Amino acid sequence: MLRGISVVCSWLIWSFLACSASAQEVDIKPIIAEFAQAKKFRDVEVIVEKLGATGDSRVGSSLRALSDGKLKFRISDGEVFIVEDGSAFDPITREKISIGDGDPNSFKKVKVKNSLRRKIAATLSGLTLKSTSVERRLRSASTIFKNADARSLEALETALVDEENIDVRVAFSDAKAAATLASDRSSDEKLIAIDRIIERGGSDALSLLSRFSIRADGELKTAIDAGISKIQSSLAVWASAQNVWYGISLGSVLLLAAIGLAITFGVMGVINMAHGEMVMLGAYTTFAVQELIRASAPELFAWSLAIALPLAFLVSGTVGLIMERGLIRFLYGRPLETLLATWGVSLILQQCVRTIFGPTNREVGNPDWMSGAFEIGHLSITWNRLWIVVFAMAVFTVLYFIINRTSFGLDMRAVTQNRRMAGAMGIRTSWVDAMTFALGSGIAGIAGVALSQIGNVSPNLGQSYIIDSFLVVVFGGVGNLWGTLVGAMSLGIMNKFLEPYAGAVLGKVIILIAIILFIQKRPRGLFALKGRAVEV
Amino acid sequence: MTLFSWPNRTENFVGVGTKAALLALAVFAVAITFANLAVPVGSALHIPDYIVALLGKFLCYAMLAVSLNLVWGYCGILSLGHGAFFALGGYAMGMYLMRQIGTRGVYGHPVLPDFMVFLNYKELPWFWTGFDQFWFAALMIMLVPGMLAFVFGWLAFRSRVSGVYLSIITQAMTYALLLAFFRNDMGFGGNNGLTDFKEIFGFELQSRETRAGLFFASAVFLGLFVAITAFITASRFGKLLVATRDAEARTRFLGFRPEKVKLFVWTLSAVMAGIAGALYVPQVGIINPGEFAPANSIEIVIWTAVGGRGTIIGPVVGAFLVNGGKSWFTGLFPEVWLFVLGALFVFTTLFLPKGVVGTVREAWTTRRSTASRVTKRNEGCIQTKNGDQTQAVAAE
Amino acid sequence: MKERLTSSILYLDNVHVAFDGFKAINGLSMVLQPGEMRAIIGPNGAGKTTMMDIITGKTAPDAGDVFFDGIVDLTKQDESSIATMGIGRKFQKPTVFDHHTLEDNLLLAMSGKQTIRSLLFSHRHQSETEHINSIFETIRLASRRNDLAADLSHGQKQWLEIGMLLAQDPKLLLIDEPVAGMTDAETLETARLLREIARDHTVVVVEHDMDFIRELDVKVTCLHEGAVLAEGTLDHVSADSRVVDVYLGR
Repeated sequence: MLRGISVVCSWLIWSFLACSASAQEVDIKPIIAEFAQAKKFRDVEVIVEKLGATGDSRVGSSLRALSDGKLKFRISDGEVFIVEDGSAFDPITREKISIGDGDPNSFKKVKVKNSLRRKIAATLSGLTLKSTSVERRLRSASTIFKNADARSLEALETALVDEENIDVRVAFSDAKAAATLASDRSSDEKLIAIDRIIERGGSDALSLLSRFSIRADGELKTAIDAGISKIQSSLAVWASAQNVWYGISLGSVLLLAAIGLAITFGVMGVINMAHGEMVMLGAYTTFAVQELIRASAPELFAWSLAIALPLAFLVSGTVGLIMERGLIRFLYGRPLETLLATWGVSLILQQCVRTIFGPTNREVGNPDWMSGAFEIGHLSITWNRLWIVVFAMAVFTVLYFIINRTSFGLDMRAVTQNRRMAGAMGIRTSWVDAMTFALGSGIAGIAGVALSQIGNVSPNLGQSYIIDSFLVVVFGGVGNLWGTLVGAMSLGIMNKFLEPYAGAVLGKVIILIAIILFIQKRPRGLFALKGRAVEV
Repeated sequence: MTLFSWPNRTENFVGVGTKAALLALAVFAVAITFANLAVPVGSALHIPDYIVALLGKFLCYAMLAVSLNLVWGYCGILSLGHGAFFALGGYAMGMYLMRQIGTRGVYGHPVLPDFMVFLNYKELPWFWTGFDQFWFAALMIMLVPGMLAFVFGWLAFRSRVSGVYLSIITQAMTYALLLAFFRNDMGFGGNNGLTDFKEIFGFELQSRETRAGLFFASAVFLGLFVAITAFITASRFGKLLVATRDAEARTRFLGFRPEKVKLFVWTLSAVMAGIAGALYVPQVGIINPGEFAPANSIEIVIWTAVGGRGTIIGPVVGAFLVNGGKSWFTGLFPEVWLFVLGALFVFTTLFLPKGVVGTVREAWTTRRSTASRVTKRNEGCIQTKNGDQTQAVAAE
Repeated sequence: MKERLTSSILYLDNVHVAFDGFKAINGLSMVLQPGEMRAIIGPNGAGKTTMMDIITGKTAPDAGDVFFDGIVDLTKQDESSIATMGIGRKFQKPTVFDHHTLEDNLLLAMSGKQTIRSLLFSHRHQSETEHINSIFETIRLASRRNDLAADLSHGQKQWLEIGMLLAQDPKLLLIDEPVAGMTDAETLETARLLREIARDHTVVVVEHDMDFIRELDVKVTCLHEGAVLAEGTLDHVSADSRVVDVYLGR
């Protein structure tokens, strides 16, 4: 996490420094112009050194051109250009410059030879290593590391002396280690370098070491091979961590989709086959809200999800309430019929949405704070997934609070445990049913808002989640929110761990079969109520 | 022979309605086949080929509904995965039909079906062996769905998974198969399934006579399934089925093993569904993973519910009514059909829980029994408590 | 043939069951001799129904011995095999097969040992009809043999269920609250029925109705918090001050 923050910080610093850099532009131009006067290789070398001394990264283009033999000056006035495929470019900005007739004979190449090219390469890397931009220094260090560029070794050593930024120092040292390994330095130095590379870890270090493993021999080879296996095992740990994260992310999606179902099933014992459609309604509410905002108040777009949340809760909650009052309450005690009737409702809702919004997929936009990704160690985390995990946990917490700390929650629990007794105690069980159903549906609605951020919105959206949600509820056990949480997370993680071995589809099939087998062992799920009360 | 004789009439009474329905089915099948094949095309009495094809499809659906009714109507097991057994039977038949194509495929490979050539298969996968023989395919049509149902049921019923839990895992079962069959490397043609069949038992599949023959065979099997249902429900075992549905725990304390009872009908029902699928595939000319879709399986439930679960001919009536309605609606107002189907689910569960046949039968028996009850009252027998009667209806 | 461990038909020794920490049965011991009729009383939650659950295999005890007929360890058997061994049970809430006629209810009750094949293909035997007739005589519902069980009154359902127990031809009958919700006349009738049954069966009756128990005139066991509180004749038990405190009231 720290590393992630420091990356963000250095990015800020970089953009600040980039603004102040333009002040130095004046100094480079005359030096480059000197190339026209250089008669001997020695003269060219001096100019290269001068350019290197400016520490200005913009000399790079001219130096690279020089190395490639593309840096030329006009014989008539000594003006220096980069000439490529018959066109001329500014040596600093690389903007195309009109040069009239463009006769190739009117230009003369600045002389260059191989020893000079090496010098240029070193200067170039030294240059970027001295760049004022932290970002660029890091990138350059990383390039040197990946290529194990021995020529940059000295430049790195000098750069390390002056470097103050901690991250960059680390990166430089890593790069130095890689460069050392490639250089003709002593074995002892190389051994230290290998240790350093092993410590750095990551797939780059692994491929670097693997390359050298072929060439190396003796104790060097032993050290490298030991390093390779060490990095491999550490990478495996990171890979599992990444899988766990993907699993948690998938688990959160499942949790969001299933948690409303868990409540209605837990309290009323009915399976609401239209639950997926409640999720879909929430997603379409988000779509409608965004369309409205785009049309009338685009500046509010970043707030679209915040606006959509309560609306989605209301829309789905109301539909749920109507369903309970108008249909489900007449079927109380007949769970199988309820299942069928709610399936009918789901068909109707799907067709309604299809009629209003069309059968095609609709895309719901991500606000800025939902897009992009960042890295922690070797983990890559996208913001939208992170927010969904956070959101799922928030929903879980709020629901947990409602059920365990409010009087409505108390009524709900009472009805779950013993409906008749609760009725006898003066709890209006039918009211509790209605409110529970509305709450469960409303939660599905806000789940829809979240799920609209990770996929397309279509009338079939609900169908794709419903079976998974059932399995979460059945697996977790009824009447216990923790069961749903554990169920969702374990299914999510299992799924993601199976995927690399079995592929996405077969992984899912295996999970389904595993749950079917699990239900045989524990017919009431992980967190089931026990005792005589269950039998009633 | 005594083993298979029709059960004792005083105990095992096969309803007049069932016999009449079987007779009607026979007349229907013969009449349609005759009107299609023997009556000249121009005649008003001629039944065009497409109607025969449509009715043949409905007959398969009816078989499927009959098989579901056996477990749901009589034993209370609401399967949301019967489409899986149907599709497995269909695939088994499809594999036979694929092997019958021979060299007539697009690629003309003598052994491998087109999709395998396309997917660079070098040889036939082991599970395709034998399917060039019809007897083997026929065995598999029954064995594959039967075995799946047996294993699934053995696990589920033994651990007393019931009610909505069971429904959900049956749905998960068909969903898992759907996903699996979509995979190309399963060796069943992936997304596209099996199609482009040419002939069955050496008869051209597209020919009118073959199609009429398949229609007639479907009618025969439907009749057989209805008779099997009638036989089972009339036997003491059938009474036990209903008893298991209504009070499973009680049967256990009487010494029965409800898990065995359920397993038997569940497996039998799956085999019936498999046969229905096998007759369906040559008539529609294709089998693809879409048949495993959970939505399909739930639709079977509504056919059964509309016709009347727990009645012998109800599912047949329901399958024809709902699918007839579907054909009619999707022809006229395609976008309205899903509304109608959805409303049908709601309406049937709320207002027609016994289905068309169940409701008619109830009206019939109430009329008869009111008369008999009046006599009983006069004899001074203990009156029936109204409360208990409504309770019993609600409990159903 | 295994050696009989006890001469008793039912033998419970130091049985324990807990549901989520709640000790439903806590050190229950009881012995029942063949041919005996025993009444069990006790306040709600004393463990009466749980005791029946244990005997019939519905609930497995956490600890303790349960033996039937001196040889069979009931804790190792499931409901069906216990039923076929000869233990019949009537539930607190009458459970009969509502959608069957009374006659079919009894017919099913006597078919518990049949295989699926014989259930499918066998015809009714003359002896079965005779047995059904005799049971109808005992439970006095012969006039309604072709009515649906759903149409019976509450009390009649209780009798039908007792009739189904008889059809099972068990060695031991467990009867849970047979007279709950019955009229006085029905209660007396039930007491007569049970006494008649007890002539050639071993019977355990759980009941709250003290008049009914008095009518039965048998040995009484009072349960409290999952264990036996007192045992003996009704007069002996009702004189016990602890029984009065926890159950009968002063």
